[in-house]
Amino acid sequence: MARREAKANAEGSLSGLLASREIVVACGPGGVGKTTTAAAAAATAAARLGGRVLVLTVDPARRLANALGLEGIGNREKRVPREAFVDAGVKPMGELYAAMLDTKESWDDLIKHQAPDARTRDEILANPLYRNISGRFVQSHDYIAMERLFEIHSEGTYDLIVVDTPPTRHALDFLDAPERMADFFSSRLLRWLIVPYRSKIVNFASKPFYQVADRILGTQFLSDIAEFFILFQSMYDGFIERARSVQRLLADHRTSFIVVSTLEVVPLREGEFFARALADRDLHLGAIVLNKVLPAYLRDPVGATVAAKLRDSAAELAEQLTEHTDGLDGAQTERVLAEIGSSYLDYRLVAQREAEERAELATVPETLVSVPFFDTDVYDLAGLLRLGARLWGD
Amino acid sequence: MVPVIDRRLIFVTGKGGVGKTTVASALALFAAEHGKRTLLCESDERGDIAAYFETEPTGFRARELLPDLWAMSMDTEASLREYLKLNLRIPVVGRIGPLAKAFDFVATAAPGVREVLTVGKLCYEVREGHYDLVVVDAAATGHIVGQLAAPQAINELVKVGLIRSQTDWMLEILSDPARTGLVIVTTPEEMPVNETVELAARVKKETTVELASVVVNRVLPELFGRTEEEIFEQLCRPELTEELSELAGGDARPVLDAARLAVTLRRTGAGHLERLRGAIDADVAMLYLPFLFTKIHGMRTIRQVARSLGEELGF
Repeated sequence: MARREAKANAEGSLSGLLASREIVVACGPGGVGKTTTAAAAAATAAARLGGRVLVLTVDPARRLANALGLEGIGNREKRVPREAFVDAGVKPMGELYAAMLDTKESWDDLIKHQAPDARTRDEILANPLYRNISGRFVQSHDYIAMERLFEIHSEGTYDLIVVDTPPTRHALDFLDAPERMADFFSSRLLRWLIVPYRSKIVNFASKPFYQVADRILGTQFLSDIAEFFILFQSMYDGFIERARSVQRLLADHRTSFIVVSTLEVVPLREGEFFARALADRDLHLGAIVLNKVLPAYLRDPVGATVAAKLRDSAAELAEQLTEHTDGLDGAQTERVLAEIGSSYLDYRLVAQREAEERAELATVPETLVSVPFFDTDVYDLAGLLRLGARLWGD
Repeated sequence: MVPVIDRRLIFVTGKGGVGKTTVASALALFAAEHGKRTLLCESDERGDIAAYFETEPTGFRARELLPDLWAMSMDTEASLREYLKLNLRIPVVGRIGPLAKAFDFVATAAPGVREVLTVGKLCYEVREGHYDLVVVDAAATGHIVGQLAAPQAINELVKVGLIRSQTDWMLEILSDPARTGLVIVTTPEEMPVNETVELAARVKKETTVELASVVVNRVLPELFGRTEEEIFEQLCRPELTEELSELAGGDARPVLDAARLAVTLRRTGAGHLERLRGAIDADVAMLYLPFLFTKIHGMRTIRQVARSLGEELGF
């Protein structure tokens, strides 16, 4: 599909990045609007650049549905109706799709694709251990998220895939997951454990290790484990191959990462930690997006002087003010003046702190995009597009 | 419902960035200051508790940070080692290498193992009565259900053996609302509130742990009531703004704009809080903590939050 020529990545805009990359991964700490940012970037790319754009969220919590106004989006990609754009006052150039990672479903799909035959497939799907890994436990999320991204990308359906990731520390697991998976399947320990099953010598008594393991875990559980991995071994080559491919895709020049944060101290430190982690892995950091930045008027020196005066001389000012104005109660006006004065000074503290943090970040030689506090939370497509306009540097 | 502070084991969870660790630390500090022998445990080995308390990094072995306040960080491998030593009398001291490898293998093969070792260690401390209260800076909202449901899952998966009987007593502690409770930390924002509501429903459905309390962190102050707001609107009229600017000796518009922003932010938050209160069972206590504007770090923050928590708990 034709996409607009990649233009030079203008300072303070994601437009170049979104136009030139096939995969953009949004990462960073939780609670900073990462999911919303990913959705806004995708929606705006679909509206302005054209082509087919997918936003894929891998976070276990179901947030994206809220932000996109889509109820119950699941593992299958679902198109955001064109009418939704038109209702938001935009005629989109392209198409927007959304999908959420359903761990269980993705694992099942993977097994179906990779199993050498129907019998192995059914045995794996029925194995109690497999059912627990795929459905219940969290760690399997990390690998399957990357796997799913790889799968969707290799189908070639989309011009751009914007991926939302779990909060920082888990997102690191998510980056390393393909490698860990490959390591795991190559491990000698794994082979060692399943040897007695494979050779049908189920004489545990002869081996101290199995004796201990049996005492702790019980025979049934051990044989579930062994069966699971024997079955999985039949897919060994496929898995290693795919894990390597996933890794290559993340490091490829078609992929870029954006770190989303706010200027609050804790999220920002985590954001910086993530930026370093990307650099350590030779992954491309395309931009840093700063959300919920307080307006500059809070740092206005005259504003501070006026606010201090309102707070400290509220009674006097209220008296002068109510002299010539009907319907203004003196005592209440005094309270209002004092209140707005001290409120300004409170918010000013936060705004100044944030400005210092931003100045420090500006030395990082990447694109830096600031998004202001919006009056209301972003909860619909119109809101996403408004946010997207800021990401575009409008 | 048993008040959160009267329980023995409290898991504190929350969406990333809402102040989960701060609230867990403050809760533990508050309990310790009220004479409870308290253990604060971070389940993330790379946690921040040491920085919050401005002290040396915490380890698996609990250390007394302040009077009656002990802290440790979870290390599932150390937990396994302790478990083996206590239950099987397997000498593992000095053979950490092979154990780590074997552990890594089992934990990867059966991913509930890490969770169960974390929860198991905490339940063990409760069962042995080493502390009056154990506060856990637990997994974030996306992962807490996996952590709390792990003993149940293992219990269903493993039909016999030592693990089975171990998970039996763990479940007994976890399922007892007099002893165990979950605290969800949130902020008055759209997504954290949504996640809290979803999580409360999942915890009820998928775990045996009772939701004891919801802590709403960073609640912005209310600027003024209805009549005062009318006055504010009048002040925003150009002629009055101009007069105010003259009297105050400078442009008053930034101050008025900032007040409007503050009112809007507060109001948006209040809407989310209303939604939250409506969606959470009425008998679950909601505790509100104010937004902190001043630049404070570490112990000062924890102390301030502990004070606010105490007020909310009726002390």
